[in-house]
Amino acid sequence: MYAFEEPGSPPQFCEEYDLTVTVNGCLYQRRIPVRMLLSDFLRHELHLTGTHVGCEHGVCGCCTVLLNGEAVRSCLLLAVQVDNMALTTIEGLAGSAEELHPIQRAFQEKHALQCGFCTPGFIMSIHAFLHEHPDPDEREIRQGLAGNLCRCTGYQNIVEAVKLAAHYLRSSQSQREEA
Amino acid sequence: MGTRWFGAPVQRTEDPRLLRGRGTYVDDIALPEMVHAAVLRSPYAHARIRHIDASAARALPGVHLVLTAEDLGELLEPSPLLVPHPALTQPRTQLPLARDEVHYAGAAVAFVVAEDRYLAEDALELIDVDYEPLPVVASLEQAVAEGGPLVHADVPGNVAAHLVQRVGDPEGVMASAPHVLRERFVMERGSAMPMEGRGVVARWDPHEGMLTCWMSTQGPIPIRNGLAAMFRLPEHKVRVVAPDVGGGFGTKIMMFYPEEILTPLAALRLGRPVKWIEDRAEHFLSANQERGQIHDVEYAFNDEGILLAVRDVFLHDTGAYTPYGIIVPIITACTLPGPYRLRHYYSEFTVLYTNKVPVSPYRGAGRPHAVFVMERIMDRIAEELGLDPLEVRSRNFIRPDEFPWDVGLVYQDGGPTIYDSGNYQAGLERLKEALGYEQFRAEQRRAREEGRYLGVGVACYVEGTGIGPYEGAQVRVESDGRVYVSTGVTTQGQAHQTTFAQIVADQLGVDPRDVLVTTGDSQAFYWGVGTFASRAATVAGSAIHLAAVKVREKAKQIAADLFEASPEDIELADGKVFVRDAPQRALTLGQVAIASNPLRYSYGENARKLMQMQLAGPRPGPALPEERGGPGLEATAFYSPPRGTFASGAHGAIVEVDPRTGLVTFLKYVAVHDCGRVINPLVVEGQVHGGVAQGIGGAFYERLVFNEEGQLLNGSFMDYLLPTVEEIPPLQVEHVETPSPLNPLGVKGAGEAGTIPVAALFASALDDALAPFGLRIREMPLDPCRLLQLLRERQNT
Repeated sequence: MYAFEEPGSPPQFCEEYDLTVTVNGCLYQRRIPVRMLLSDFLRHELHLTGTHVGCEHGVCGCCTVLLNGEAVRSCLLLAVQVDNMALTTIEGLAGSAEELHPIQRAFQEKHALQCGFCTPGFIMSIHAFLHEHPDPDEREIRQGLAGNLCRCTGYQNIVEAVKLAAHYLRSSQSQREEA
Repeated sequence: MGTRWFGAPVQRTEDPRLLRGRGTYVDDIALPEMVHAAVLRSPYAHARIRHIDASAARALPGVHLVLTAEDLGELLEPSPLLVPHPALTQPRTQLPLARDEVHYAGAAVAFVVAEDRYLAEDALELIDVDYEPLPVVASLEQAVAEGGPLVHADVPGNVAAHLVQRVGDPEGVMASAPHVLRERFVMERGSAMPMEGRGVVARWDPHEGMLTCWMSTQGPIPIRNGLAAMFRLPEHKVRVVAPDVGGGFGTKIMMFYPEEILTPLAALRLGRPVKWIEDRAEHFLSANQERGQIHDVEYAFNDEGILLAVRDVFLHDTGAYTPYGIIVPIITACTLPGPYRLRHYYSEFTVLYTNKVPVSPYRGAGRPHAVFVMERIMDRIAEELGLDPLEVRSRNFIRPDEFPWDVGLVYQDGGPTIYDSGNYQAGLERLKEALGYEQFRAEQRRAREEGRYLGVGVACYVEGTGIGPYEGAQVRVESDGRVYVSTGVTTQGQAHQTTFAQIVADQLGVDPRDVLVTTGDSQAFYWGVGTFASRAATVAGSAIHLAAVKVREKAKQIAADLFEASPEDIELADGKVFVRDAPQRALTLGQVAIASNPLRYSYGENARKLMQMQLAGPRPGPALPEERGGPGLEATAFYSPPRGTFASGAHGAIVEVDPRTGLVTFLKYVAVHDCGRVINPLVVEGQVHGGVAQGIGGAFYERLVFNEEGQLLNGSFMDYLLPTVEEIPPLQVEHVETPSPLNPLGVKGAGEAGTIPVAALFASALDDALAPFGLRIREMPLDPCRLLQLLRERQNT
């Protein structure tokens, strides 16, 4: 917010835009103000509140989502920038309401979350990272996680969870290949 | 009764929800017709407000309400002083909105409610405030300067409080001591920075006459009581809920932050739900901070390295207000003696106002400062006498047979500072071994020959935890056999849903996954205080244990009546209640719960089975015998500790310093930790990991930098550096378990411990690594630039 600017001319009212976007496999069409952030669009228009907002200036990584498979910060994008694109949020990661994605499972098993606020952002970043680095060493993992902040865990168990998740994903990959 | 779940590394039951993005943090709550608030904050650290013109903001379409001080009526009252103290002679607390004067940059000046947050922020820009800047007190040095500016015109010398405590005869001992040294230590401000900022959603329901507030807070019950008084509502018609909270670390245990009053007020005025969510820029300017102190310490020791006396005189920066009294400096004063047999101690502090964000406890709460001072003393004694620094600590430790140990000071809760139990030497031995301390010196020599600077540092601490006044809990078995627990403390990531369930599971013979725990909802449990001071597991955990024991005894009594057996012969295990030696005579816990409530109308499978059983003959007396104490398999219990219980620990690290860049790398970090009996080692280790990371931030990265105008210069995550995974080394945690004799579980608090010794240990390791340069660290936090500067100064002398 920019509350400290000198009062000046009245603000310009925002234009609106008809946005079409696919989120977690569902097609949405919404008329939105062009100035709306993608993070606000996901949270307040689509009620996908698993994407959290921690800093609104692109540093903490809490708001990370996948845009056409790539990890992006939804607080640094306007919703209109993702017109006709496909997004995945934390809600779309596990196949069903009962199961957990291997990364989520690894997080629980390794106690890699405490307050849980940064967790969806970490998981989305890790999802993109493990796609690029299916068998990472510890140094690569630490580099890969350096764009997300956590204030509770001290990161150690997150690093352990990434190792375990990589193992889970590799074994399910090789099972698929055998089948 | 076995303790199968207590002590087991049970996976957290709260995780699946949070992992799927299905948590409910305050900003996730969306209500029909909800409108959104934004706060106009002072751009000046100290200014007079001549005039506020909000007419343009009020006229903006989509704006529903603009509040300034003059719109608040009788609510324009300073917030309550939470912890009064006779030494706090000039307390000052904040108004919900500044009236004539602002005392820090970030103070709330106006509150706007609009259709959405974007519009509300547009409206902020239309509010015209005429400020007359006043002289600023931006540092402790300025606060004590003779004839300097005043933060509050009616507080002479900016002095809020002054307190002296004395143990033994420090002056007399010092006068005849063989060695006396004097040093100054400086600690600067940092901030808790939970990943979720503060936030409030308020709803007024005129049909029920009920005000409901969801807040990201650590203390909903005191806030409920306060709001009820303020809005003249019956307490039971105000419900305050702390839903999922994205970290607190102390900064969310406040009453009141202005927005906690203004948001419900707006909801009452508008008759519509109102949401205010703090963004990160605001958090830097308006969420309480901590750590600024300057210590002048004099200490005496003998040729054997025994510390004889300490005289510590320090200044404490409380910012613009004293919302939390003088808790933080009192804790500093009481923590300073640490694990050592200090019999002659003079402590004097002065609490000073500055034109900065108010100060209240942040994880560690005055302790990291005290440990820094005492551990620097221990290292210096070793250096002066040519002794091993660990040996000096050992020689000064309180021995295990000397507990309870009376430090001789009055603690923050007004009670005596008495250590209940501890085994400090055992912790240090464990640390020495895990660190490879003996082998390290050879490694250090080899490295130095290669031009590398390695150093080892250690720090020991004692931490007061689990203070009163009390907490309570209700435990109830429902008719499906699941157990419901409610307690007044909150959860900000500490896994209470799991650890509290473990406590209950052992007493009732059920799986912790069948124990459902509700925390932080004033309507679910009416009484309590909050989660702070590493007290939830100790105080609420003990209350939960006591309530669960009562439920167990009641279940035994009811089953005994049904089976015509003696209660002593009844056991609870695997969700069943049965006669020992006749396990076929069994009911499920759910059936006993149904039997405990003598209705004619019971439903469900458990009820049917119970009806079918020919359990007992004709009833001799009333359906609900008086000695049962009411229907239902439920009980409420409270626990009020006699005094705090003292946890302890010893941390050690091996670091490498690059004297050309000032960069420091941790090669090894070991935390030995004694929090009494451990309920869940996964959780405790997680707490220690997180605490150490926060401590490393506070030692080497996180420093809030204010200029002479009191403006925060690094108020973003680009500039205020929270450690990332690349700055935090792998951590090794070792447990020593010295049970507390004070509570039924034998536990001590664990939440803050990890943070407390880190700055001290870091200084110790830097001194050791840079010994060839003769460097001595006397300030915290450092950063690579400051370390380089100190090295250069050293090289130039």
